[in-house]
Amino acid sequence: MVVIVPLGVILSAWITPAWEVWHHLADTVLLELVMNTLILLFGVTAWVLLLGVGLAWLTAIYSFPGRRFFDWALLLPLAMPAYVLAFAMLGFLDYASPLQLWLTKRFGNNGYWFPDPRSPGMVVFLFSLSLYPYVYMLARTAFLGQGQRMLEASRMLGRSPWGAFFHAALPMARPAIAAGCALAAMEALADFGAVSVFGFNTFTTAIYKAWFGLFNLSAATQLASLLLLFVIVALSIERRMRGRAKYFSNDAHARMELIPLHGVHALLACGVSTLVLLLAFGLPMGQLLIWAWHQMATDLDGRFRDLVIHTVLLGGFAALLSTLLAFLLGLARKRHAGDRVTRLAAHLATLGYALPGSLLAVGVMLTLVWLSKWLDLVWPGGWGANGVNLFGGGILALLFAYLVRFLAVANGPVESGLETIRPSLMEAARSLGSSSMAAIWRIEFPILRPGLLTAILLVMVEVMKEMPATLLLRPFGWDTLAVRIHEMTSEGEWERAALPAVTLVLTGLLPLFWLVRRSGKH
Amino acid sequence: MSLNDSSHSTPLLELETITCGYDPNKPVVRALSFSVAKGEMISLLGSSGCGKTTVLRAIAGFNPVHSGQILLRGKTLSKAGFTLPPEKRQVGMVFQDYALFPHLTVEQNVAYGLKGHPRERIQSITHEMLQLVGLESMTRRHPHELSGGQQQRVALARALAPHPELILFDEPFSNLDVDLRERLGLEVRQILTSQGTTGILVTHDQHEAFAWGDRIGILHKGSLCQWGTPYELYHQPVDPFVAGFIGQGTFLYGTCDFPDTVQTAAGLLTGKPSGYRPKVGDAVRVLIRPDDVKKDDDSPILTRVVRRAFQGASTLYTLELTTGCQLQALFPSHMDYGIGTQLPIRVAPDHLVLFANPTPGMLYECRPSTLE
Repeated sequence: MVVIVPLGVILSAWITPAWEVWHHLADTVLLELVMNTLILLFGVTAWVLLLGVGLAWLTAIYSFPGRRFFDWALLLPLAMPAYVLAFAMLGFLDYASPLQLWLTKRFGNNGYWFPDPRSPGMVVFLFSLSLYPYVYMLARTAFLGQGQRMLEASRMLGRSPWGAFFHAALPMARPAIAAGCALAAMEALADFGAVSVFGFNTFTTAIYKAWFGLFNLSAATQLASLLLLFVIVALSIERRMRGRAKYFSNDAHARMELIPLHGVHALLACGVSTLVLLLAFGLPMGQLLIWAWHQMATDLDGRFRDLVIHTVLLGGFAALLSTLLAFLLGLARKRHAGDRVTRLAAHLATLGYALPGSLLAVGVMLTLVWLSKWLDLVWPGGWGANGVNLFGGGILALLFAYLVRFLAVANGPVESGLETIRPSLMEAARSLGSSSMAAIWRIEFPILRPGLLTAILLVMVEVMKEMPATLLLRPFGWDTLAVRIHEMTSEGEWERAALPAVTLVLTGLLPLFWLVRRSGKH
Repeated sequence: MSLNDSSHSTPLLELETITCGYDPNKPVVRALSFSVAKGEMISLLGSSGCGKTTVLRAIAGFNPVHSGQILLRGKTLSKAGFTLPPEKRQVGMVFQDYALFPHLTVEQNVAYGLKGHPRERIQSITHEMLQLVGLESMTRRHPHELSGGQQQRVALARALAPHPELILFDEPFSNLDVDLRERLGLEVRQILTSQGTTGILVTHDQHEAFAWGDRIGILHKGSLCQWGTPYELYHQPVDPFVAGFIGQGTFLYGTCDFPDTVQTAAGLLTGKPSGYRPKVGDAVRVLIRPDDVKKDDDSPILTRVVRRAFQGASTLYTLELTTGCQLQALFPSHMDYGIGTQLPIRVAPDHLVLFANPTPGMLYECRPSTLE
């Protein structure tokens, strides 16, 4: 229900199309929006493929200096939201940046070639730097899961090492890789912060402008419905591929003998990994830290404290709510495993993650407007405007949107935790005299505790990073770190966006380390 | 079929014509009845899918019964429309996968069912139980730090701790290797006997069932075929299914000459008839166990060795009669005959286990008997 209603509202926009809005859109921005979105989609997919698969293959198969470090360090960019990477790199490469000043001094004003940091190519490249870990992560798991035996068999049948890669390893990992690409593409579609930093118009920025610039909710809705189309395509690809990935993953205990690299090759492997890590994490982080250091004295004030408090409060509430809901959903699904309705509900409830925040904001807003109109009909008198304020302007709407979007995030760890609890455990508890409620409390809850904590942590960090929905739905005065970053970057004050950005990245590192450590233990 | 021969003592558990299963329209178990006396050890034996686990889960209270009822000490546990929840039955259970709680230590696992007792009492019972199963040194370990056999013992101690009168065992030894399985089976049985606890074991392994059960119920396709001691099951099977399911053997086809004599390819067989009583002239099948076949140099019945399987103390031979029929014979292993050896034999069954011949034309014929 929680997910379907906002979605349904957006889809219903197609039933009553506002033709004049469409004409206006078609005349002005529609072509640019579609072109930009397509450039972004195809460019990002190509780049994340190259970066993600290449690096995954390197760290999974070969041993070279620093491999153990790169193994997990290459995941670090996950902690940096694309919009943070975008403004940090832009600040580093732009005309007034130290790098450009140095180059100008060295080579004269026009004495060197430098790529335009705001060109579509650059946008695509920066997106890829921030999104490649999705492909890297899934491809690496797939390569490791294949085990040595497959490669050896391929070599025995007469393939060169490269042949073995292209004819055995890559085709077998294809579903996982495709799923990773689809994830990256969905993230790129959903992004609002980074494209707005670059002034690169996509659906998300258009929705924002339609809402805040023109106060035209129906135009925003029409745009959202188009965006939804793209998302559905990407999502269906991801689902199909993920389903198939199961058939290809064999032995989890398959061991890999790493192939040692020597000399130039080792240097090259190490160099490429370092370069990617530097560009995607090191450089922007360094830039941010320098800026943050400069601004520390002025920005670290009561306002900043309020920002942090708001962010943590929202994140914490949303995390607790969605984890609780995920837990209840999981229990219900386990009790009624064969029930098709329960399965379908659980399936739909996890769709929210694929929905871009701006799209979701529009959906939630429309839902609440309708709800208050309906309330007005039932209990007439003063609901109309107040009702919208009561729901729409309130924290409630925001939490609702977070819940829809991040329920899937909480669902992952909770579900995999529940899967480890065999039904016989609950039966054993019952046969030893526990009622079914007591059994949930004494058995399922304690066993699930690590999974629940992971869920809370993950959702909290995701909520803290979330920008578009927060921007559109936040009640007046409830600025969060992400909102602050948007305000500052849209005015070009990059230094002043640095402190909140650093805070966000550091909190984003927390769950990453936690997860890496946990997976290291198993 | 004798179902209620526990008249000498008051029954602890009674199943009265119960029908149960997951789908009421397709019951897994139909009209099943038996009763168990206090302190008795019972095995329910059957191949997978025969409904034995369903019966066990119905007794435990995890599955409802659609008709009939289950009584413990005369009190109704289950009947159509009523299922006393498992936690109120005071029936213990040991699961196939042990179902130890992974987040609790051995000690806490055993103490789980003792909630509500004062603390010292819990401690003393827990200690006593762990001592009983020989794990008093492992109290602080977690289940994943134990071997399969040790986990099994913890599961037993946990089930015993609340002192239930009845403990159910759902294939509890199937995850252990053969050697340990036999040893632990006997040990568990001994512990239960020492505590005066009744145990019902469900298994598909007849050796396990024989070692455990004072009495054994054979289940097939959801009904009880036979209920009796191991000796009765082996030597007096009530139908061809039980005859084939238990032990080894072959059927010989023949005609009934007198009520206690049958003419077969292996000569005239005489013995106490059990079960099916044919009329003179009827076509019958006779069950021949490998230990019914003796080597007899004076016998006119000649056979040829076609297969042999060395089994340590004895060797199982497959012998072919001149008519082409095959028999199985068990000889001490120092009586060593190569394949192709001519052996004169005599068939001397103790009990004459006869069944009706479904194809009366097949006189003196026989098939290599995998016995259904």
